[in-house]
Amino acid sequence: MSTTDFPQTGGSTDPYAQSQDTTSGPVFTVTGQDWDEVVAGVDPDANERIVVNMGPQHPSTHGVLRLILEIEGESVTEARCGIGYLHTGIEKNMEYRTWTQGVTFCTRMDYLAPMHYEAAYVLGVEKLLGITDQVPEKAQVLRVMMMEVNRISSHLVAIATGGMEIGALTVMTVGFRERELCLDVFEMFSGLRMNHAYVRPGGVALDVPEGGLDAVDRFVALMRKRLPELAALCNQNPIFKGRLKDVGYLDLAGCLALGVTGPALRSTGYDWDLRKKQPYSGYETYDFDVITRDEPDAYGRFRIRLDEMNESLRIVEQCVARLRTLEGAPVMVADKKIAWPSQLAVGPDGQGNSLEHIRHIMGESMEALIHHFKLVTEGFRVPAGQVYTSLESPRGELSCHLVSDGGTRPYRAHFRDPSFSNLQATAAMSEGGMLADVIVAIASIDPVMGGVDR
Amino acid sequence: MSQTPTGGTQEPSSTAVGGEEVVPSEARTLEVVEVREGMFGIHGSGDTTGYGGLQRPIVMPGASRRPFGGWFDDTADQLERLLGESIGDGAVESVVVDRDELTLHVRRERVPEVCQHLRDDPALRYELCTGISGVHYPHETGRELHAVYHLLSMTHNRRIRLEVAVPESDPHIASVVAVYPTADWHERETYDFFGIIFDGHPALTRILMPDDWPGHPQRKDYPLGGIPVEYKGATIPPPDERRSYS
Amino acid sequence: MGLEEKLPSGVLLTTVEGLAGYFRKASFWPATFGLACCAIEMMEFGAPKYDSSRFGMEVFRASPRQADLMIVAGRVSQKMAPVLRQIYDQMAAPKYVLAMGVCASSGGMFNNYAIVQGVDHIVPVDMYLPGCPPRPEMLIDAVMKLHDKIQSTKLGAHREAEIASNEKIALEAVPTSAMKGLLR
Repeated sequence: MSTTDFPQTGGSTDPYAQSQDTTSGPVFTVTGQDWDEVVAGVDPDANERIVVNMGPQHPSTHGVLRLILEIEGESVTEARCGIGYLHTGIEKNMEYRTWTQGVTFCTRMDYLAPMHYEAAYVLGVEKLLGITDQVPEKAQVLRVMMMEVNRISSHLVAIATGGMEIGALTVMTVGFRERELCLDVFEMFSGLRMNHAYVRPGGVALDVPEGGLDAVDRFVALMRKRLPELAALCNQNPIFKGRLKDVGYLDLAGCLALGVTGPALRSTGYDWDLRKKQPYSGYETYDFDVITRDEPDAYGRFRIRLDEMNESLRIVEQCVARLRTLEGAPVMVADKKIAWPSQLAVGPDGQGNSLEHIRHIMGESMEALIHHFKLVTEGFRVPAGQVYTSLESPRGELSCHLVSDGGTRPYRAHFRDPSFSNLQATAAMSEGGMLADVIVAIASIDPVMGGVDR
Repeated sequence: MSQTPTGGTQEPSSTAVGGEEVVPSEARTLEVVEVREGMFGIHGSGDTTGYGGLQRPIVMPGASRRPFGGWFDDTADQLERLLGESIGDGAVESVVVDRDELTLHVRRERVPEVCQHLRDDPALRYELCTGISGVHYPHETGRELHAVYHLLSMTHNRRIRLEVAVPESDPHIASVVAVYPTADWHERETYDFFGIIFDGHPALTRILMPDDWPGHPQRKDYPLGGIPVEYKGATIPPPDERRSYS
Repeated sequence: MGLEEKLPSGVLLTTVEGLAGYFRKASFWPATFGLACCAIEMMEFGAPKYDSSRFGMEVFRASPRQADLMIVAGRVSQKMAPVLRQIYDQMAAPKYVLAMGVCASSGGMFNNYAIVQGVDHIVPVDMYLPGCPPRPEMLIDAVMKLHDKIQSTKLGAHREAEIASNEKIALEAVPTSAMKGLLR
């Protein structure tokens, strides 16, 4: 062995030497039972500092997140995140599907806020097509309503799983119980509880079902009763406050440097909410407040989420009022060469094309049949170019970068996921704190690993 | 909505569907990216569609010429002042204005400098880097891998895009982690999926794929990697081997 | 009153296998292996509306050593596959695997480089549950079918015979790809 084999040891060639000084510090080689002696004699902190792996399978890491922590006793000296355990290659998959089929893929990225992902993608497609102004108002209102109900259900999961991770299991049962109400609304409007391919380029897939608006009214009334229960359970709870206050502190400078958006940014007191600043889909016409707090810690973020749910209920009420005046309005863009051809209905074997539509394309209009066939098999072509649309998902700023090469498939679809950027703040929030606070800090960011890994 | 530029820019009237761009007036050039022949994805002797002679140039929006319209001109002027060079020769190779969005094509060595100016100058103030991603254009020889930086100015409530093109043979770009710490993971992701090496990045390793994964999955020459699905006598090929229309 | 009156001379007869099967199925603790969207539906299964507690399954054990059932809920990526196998290996027998959702059963809609096309490539699966995601009611149905399977599992020498005969049946069965002409 020549000296070049071990350049970092400064020329020492014996890999079994007891100790050698390398460029990364002293390296000790132990063979067998002398481990304890060597370690104890060398570094007084060595038996204090250990590297702990909170592996991808863990009840408290908010999904398949791997945390590599170097801890000294109970305090964390270094925290790193290992991600990628849920990487699905959705973005590459979307390059092999038509523009409309892309909706079904992007919806499964962040499975807790699927409507937002669909909307971000569809707003991008519509911008590329140039039909942003032609999307009917009813579709816009339905999108806003679904997104706000999604915001409520997502915040409920955030609070529920956050509570579960710190051991407050009642918070979890209460949160998931309320979420069922949201899922009932989704099921009524889109046919599915989760991962609905509801928002499509040009509008939405389904019109308001019969009794749908009354159901949403009942939903809002029931949530207005139940959300204060959740608040009463947690807000002044001394254990809850003790676990969450002053944990995961990240001020405004830290948030901007690390690219953190969403409730974490608003907990610093800065009212950055894309619904107000860069409104989309008609948000500028709704009356709601942006919730901020001056407590940039986990407790502040928790309170923001609770209050945001109330604001979402306000928006949903306004949506329902508008929908009542928009009876009979179309929910898809008028251009037949883009609009999804069929309306869906529930038949004896599940949800599918409504029989009325089938009668129309088979019996009445050849053009409609051709449009249906071509749109479903080939899809529409989108002019070449690239766009970047952003919207405010429950976790922060969600953006979609779409590149089109003029074909029926996205050339490149990339989603700037809020959880991906927010999770980078883990180290800043946890280092120096205690091990249990790492869990709370991450729960307060509320990352959804499907979005992080895509 | 970001502020729309008023006047000046002439966008090509893009037909919503039907393929071909209408060639526009002289306000901007268009970049022919490739020429597609035929229809329904069939080529050669098996093509009985009758559309075999159809040739469609795929044109991407190319460099725009002044005036860009609205605040785009102010941004371009301010950048010229700060860099001491004019758009076109120097750090910024070209400016593309398309669909109300401003894209600056930047030379790869100058990216941190341009980002520093964009972040620090009060008139520009792009505090937040919302993300970096890659796009692979295999037919653009010498400029295959593009890294796209999206910046957001909260003070002025607007967005800008920086695009850097590097060849596959030498995919190095200077890292902007010193300017935007949030770019850390984004650059790692772009490296992971496209193989673009960011010089100066503190720890450029794979982030989403396993650490020892060969290849860069989101490149166009990397296969999708699916398997054929068999069910009761029928076999469905994986998505990248199915019929394509474009 | 109750059962004792219906019994001849107050004696209840059963088999050890029946009893063991009953105990195993009635307290069937799942291991937390929620990965993606199906995990949320699995959590809804544990939530008040679709209460899993009535089946004795509300405690989702984090430690695989204490769990009987691994519900693989969600898409398993290539990076996660070794972890999945490790957790499965750490479970103590008798252990069962329920592949929840199409991604766990067969790779689902993600037929690509990043997703394992069915967790049966990695662990032996006892129950496949399609759906994207399957409703909690579907999950309950799968669990009920698993309960039936467990209740009828034999012990000891009978078990070995059962395993041998299952293997023989599986080896001689017509593979799905050969069942031509029956796309239903």
